[in-house]
Amino acid sequence: MTDMRYLAPSTLDEAVGAFAAAAGAARILAGGTDLLVQMRAGMVQPGLIVDIKKIPELTSIEETADGGFVVGAAVSGAVLYEHPRFGEVWPGVLEAINLIGSTQVQGRASAGGNLCNGSPAGDSVPAMIAAGATVTVQGPNGRRQMPVEAVPVGPGRTNLTPGEILVSFTLPPRAKGSSDAYLRMIPRTEMDIAVVGCGVNLTLKDGVCTAARVGLGAVAPTVLLVEDAAKALIGSKLDDAAIEAAAAACRAACRPIDDKRGTIVYRTKVAGVLLKRTVAIAADRAGRA
Amino acid sequence: MAKLHISTKINGEPTEFLCDPNDSMLDVLRGPLALTGSKEGCGSGDCGACSVMLDGRLVCSCLMLAAEAEGHEIETIEGMAEGEKLHPLQQKFLEMAALQCGICTPGVLVASKALLEKNQNPTETEVRYWLAGNLCRCTGYDKIVRAVLDTAAEMREAAR
Repeated sequence: MTDMRYLAPSTLDEAVGAFAAAAGAARILAGGTDLLVQMRAGMVQPGLIVDIKKIPELTSIEETADGGFVVGAAVSGAVLYEHPRFGEVWPGVLEAINLIGSTQVQGRASAGGNLCNGSPAGDSVPAMIAAGATVTVQGPNGRRQMPVEAVPVGPGRTNLTPGEILVSFTLPPRAKGSSDAYLRMIPRTEMDIAVVGCGVNLTLKDGVCTAARVGLGAVAPTVLLVEDAAKALIGSKLDDAAIEAAAAACRAACRPIDDKRGTIVYRTKVAGVLLKRTVAIAADRAGRA
Repeated sequence: MAKLHISTKINGEPTEFLCDPNDSMLDVLRGPLALTGSKEGCGSGDCGACSVMLDGRLVCSCLMLAAEAEGHEIETIEGMAEGEKLHPLQQKFLEMAALQCGICTPGVLVASKALLEKNQNPTETEVRYWLAGNLCRCTGYDKIVRAVLDTAAEMREAAR
């Protein structure tokens, strides 16, 4: 390994300054559960590590006055799990994040790292997209916001420009009768990478679906927002025809690869199956919300 | 490479060490600090043999830079027994032969202690999920899980 420096700044301005000055040779360290593995495997050899966990905004969870949440990019899965309210309001987002790795990994891994790692199979990403979450990023030219689905551009690549750091996720306030769910297909019961992942977020009013968003993972070079699936659900009573139309929209959105975890045909079929199961869970929760 | 000077607390003792920026916590525990109880199985966070507590939270020390320990508290397997007195989990693992080669055992014990501190009455399913990140290639897990459940029952009884 080449010479590497380690910095743990206590302000975001300092972190952005150091990250930008390193001009591409630096990596951001949140939980490190991807980065340290990549360093050890020789996939990346950063000249500078910028540890963002000493910056309060990156490690805090705030419930805003309007009922939304702002979750720091480096908040670990275990810390989010222990929040008294987050899992009640966003059970699907929480279960997606908590599916990542073991107890040990949950102690460190963050949704921010999961998104910036750029894997099409990251579990938290479809759930965040379904939630309609936006991210705040800060770089040398200031702050900007974008929807989560705008962040990944391909395997391992994001829309963040040089020097930009993911600061936080903002989850919108919830209408009454809203809930969400996340399911993934893996060939075992725990600790694996999604063959397909599906996040569904919906609102029910008098049994009618008035709002919906669907995120689909591991079936394309990036995690997808499947607007046609949401359209099929909105306005329906989530009857069989509407759910089958949404499942067909998910299958149609798939552009997967064949690999050791699943074939193109299998992933495409499972995308529809997962949509149906995830809608059922989200609808059940929304009926009680 | 410039060495970093790190001040931390390990098993309750204020501790200082020098490390390279890319050293893992496990490298420093096993090297300069000579705390070789934590084992390196995979080095990629899959096996849990290097499990330690960081500020009371279970983590893999192979997935943590040693530099990150600055200002934080680490607990390792070496801090589990009180002098000659074994922790009830350690005693039970011996009684029930919940180990064979022993490489995974320190990590399993640290992780099991973390579980019992959060949940005094775990179900078998909860134990198995909690320990899913601790791989053992010898025991088939049943003895480990039984030892954890038995310890939990004894510790509940002792606390009454």
